[in-house]
Amino acid sequence: MLKEGQFRNPSGCAVAGVIDRSGGKMSGQGMIDAIAVMHDRSNGLGGGFAGYGIYPHYSEFYAFHLFYDGKSAQTEAETFITRHFEIVYSSEIQTRKIPTVTDEPLIFRYFLAPLPQKLSRSHLDEREYVARCVNRINARIDGAYVFSSGKNMGIFKGVGYPEDIGRFYRLEEYEGYAWTCHGRYPTNTPGWWGGAHPFGLLDFSVVHNGEISSYDANRRYIEMFGYKCTLHTDTEVITYIIDYLVRRRGLTLEEAAHVIAASFWSTISGKEPAAREQETLLRRMFPSLLVTGPFSVILGYTGGLMVIGDRLKLRSAVCAQKGDVAYIASEESAIRRIEPDLDRVWSPAGGELVIFELYDRGGLAQ
Amino acid sequence: MNMYIPPEYEVVRDTERCIACRVCERQCANEVHSFDADTGKMTADGAKCVNCHRCVCLCPTHALKIVKSDDTYKLNANWDNQTINEIYKQANSGGILLSSMGNPKPYPIFWDKLLVNASQVTNPPIDPLREPMETRLWLGKRAASIERDEKGRLKNTLAPQLKLEVPVMFSAMSYGSISYNAHEALARAAQELGTYYNTGEGGLHRDFYKYGKNTIVQVASGRFGVFKDYLEGAAAIEIKMGQGAKPGIGGHLPGAKISEDVSQTRMIPQGADAISPAPHHDIYSIEDLRQLVMSLKEATNYEKPVIVKVAAVHNAPAIASGIARSGADIIAIDGFRGGTGAAPTRIRDNVGIPIELALAQIDQRLREEGIRDEVSLVVGGSIRSSADVVKAIALGADACYIGTAALLALGCHLCRSCHAGKCNWGIATQQPDLVKRLNPDIGYKRLVNLVGAWKHEIQEMMGGMGINSIEALRGNRLMLRGVGLTERELELLGVRYAGENM
Repeated sequence: MLKEGQFRNPSGCAVAGVIDRSGGKMSGQGMIDAIAVMHDRSNGLGGGFAGYGIYPHYSEFYAFHLFYDGKSAQTEAETFITRHFEIVYSSEIQTRKIPTVTDEPLIFRYFLAPLPQKLSRSHLDEREYVARCVNRINARIDGAYVFSSGKNMGIFKGVGYPEDIGRFYRLEEYEGYAWTCHGRYPTNTPGWWGGAHPFGLLDFSVVHNGEISSYDANRRYIEMFGYKCTLHTDTEVITYIIDYLVRRRGLTLEEAAHVIAASFWSTISGKEPAAREQETLLRRMFPSLLVTGPFSVILGYTGGLMVIGDRLKLRSAVCAQKGDVAYIASEESAIRRIEPDLDRVWSPAGGELVIFELYDRGGLAQ
Repeated sequence: MNMYIPPEYEVVRDTERCIACRVCERQCANEVHSFDADTGKMTADGAKCVNCHRCVCLCPTHALKIVKSDDTYKLNANWDNQTINEIYKQANSGGILLSSMGNPKPYPIFWDKLLVNASQVTNPPIDPLREPMETRLWLGKRAASIERDEKGRLKNTLAPQLKLEVPVMFSAMSYGSISYNAHEALARAAQELGTYYNTGEGGLHRDFYKYGKNTIVQVASGRFGVFKDYLEGAAAIEIKMGQGAKPGIGGHLPGAKISEDVSQTRMIPQGADAISPAPHHDIYSIEDLRQLVMSLKEATNYEKPVIVKVAAVHNAPAIASGIARSGADIIAIDGFRGGTGAAPTRIRDNVGIPIELALAQIDQRLREEGIRDEVSLVVGGSIRSSADVVKAIALGADACYIGTAALLALGCHLCRSCHAGKCNWGIATQQPDLVKRLNPDIGYKRLVNLVGAWKHEIQEMMGGMGINSIEALRGNRLMLRGVGLTERELELLGVRYAGENM
């Protein structure tokens, strides 16, 4: 049977996210409890979490999380890493034995700083340098896979139900200002740990529920710009699209959302002239990055969470607020599980963008 | 001596039904039918019949049919009747064989070996009657820099583009090769449909400048009718480097078709042959093409997209790559089954490659080189239905050109005798009595009907795939599967075999 990444693997899912906009810290336990409520939206073939603000003592360094199939892959990957980075600290990621989580690979964490000489000789922006190193390891080193590469954030994922994966990684011991999580219902998978979600690139992490019909149009387009869609999943291509539009082309998140979940022409024509002109322009510049078919996506990034859904609202997403804390989940029940008494609960409309950010980063832009 | 060649078709008349009204006689410019005053009966000379079905369609009592003649030479799988007849014709005349419309030979049609996907369970199909289903798109360069004004708003840095409400345009057919009324029907239909028609290389009749917003004007090797107003009056300018039906050769419109009107539009003397050279004599290489592209842009103040049309030939991907770097905004690729008003038979039937393979390879090549956004791709030759359009777009086209299908909507019955200039349907002729048979008021509505119907069908297929914008279908090859194709064909088309998983 083919390994994940060697075929296209659509899946249904559960997603959830939480952010304390005042910057207060929460352990990973809340997300574990929330996603456990939506147990039936997963099928035990993948779960994962992303936490932001979890590595305050190493916040200046790129935190790489890697899966290794074996020691030889580790040796090869570490040789590559030491050629390109200074390893500030490294260790095996502490896990807990869970009967339902089996066949785990070797899981290591590295805090890295790009080697200054190597970086300057590459003539690349630092983030581009790091992104390319991640791609190199994932594409070239058999049995090694970087699944998290941002600063002061980390992704934790594996094969199993998400609540079990959370306990496996001892996420109750981590504290961050924002978390996202994902339970997966793949329609066929041999269960490869790298194939679980969130999918990350630098500090972007994406969890996604849906099956996009535009996949191959998006993939063939984005691959023109140096991305390699090795996992053949929607989440991967959506992450690359966001990375391309925001990091490489310099669009705002809101502008990127108008590309990915563009309003219908009929909707755009009814908008006020300035918005009409901007949204029309974005659709004309990036038509091949329009994503169709059902999806609801939570993008995590340094300082915020963004929620975006397909323009027909074919996948559920509920948002809620309680004081400084904002919640997002596939089902309201997951939010109520961790905060029964909410100030506000609402469902964003199809294609509507919702952004929750730390107050010192600009706050809520909706 | 001239060898007698038996007619290919016979006119069969049901004498019980025939009322000798002589409609067939009046309708046939080839003078097949005649009235025998002695017997009071109609007779027919099958040798003159081109099988255009005009008489069959207009016979008020449905007394006529045209059948394939069963007269045959001794059967021979290698030397079939047509091959033998062509030898006789050439021995009779010493001439090059001429043909019209697209290649009729039984080459593989890859469209018919591609199947389209639909959503089941994991992803919902979308009902176009209930939800928006967008077929609008823009053609042209999409590569543009991100620049902002002082308020931080994005500036429009895009090169000029063409806005289409449906991914179908009418391909180049010159005034001269087709009639004034056919042009009027195409122009008005393009306007109503929110798409474009193409003047071909014969210039633009004064009466049709008012349709300029929906007109693509062509600049071909003969440069007929090219002047300031012509370029400025159009929505886009197409440089015709080649035509799918006759790659590598020019064109020849006989003087007999150069009527006063055609002569004025083409800016050549009345009755003089209009000869388009095989190459543009100012383009012997790709860098010369760039100069013409930029000259046309300079002449029109960089306000119009420039299309470069080429025939699909063996090294199409490399040619397209060169064009994409020439400053052109759109590449039109014409497959070897594309139509023509007249072409040497041997060229039409043996030169060029199928559009499906050319398109798949060009789209892939441009992506590998990272320049797919420099140009849009428009394909034609031959697109026969909305299903072909959907498959072309999924393979990587931005839009399609239709020529033959549009002429069929106007009444053409594909008798493939355009070069004779006696089109009984008033399309491929300049004879005033024949031209007036094509009523542009009716013709344009039939074109609007056809493309409107295709649009509905495209929307239905898109909805089935769960795709609600035509732009999300472009290059979406996972939506296609092949049947009856070899490994190599699948590889060239970039699609998987039916039954293979995503």
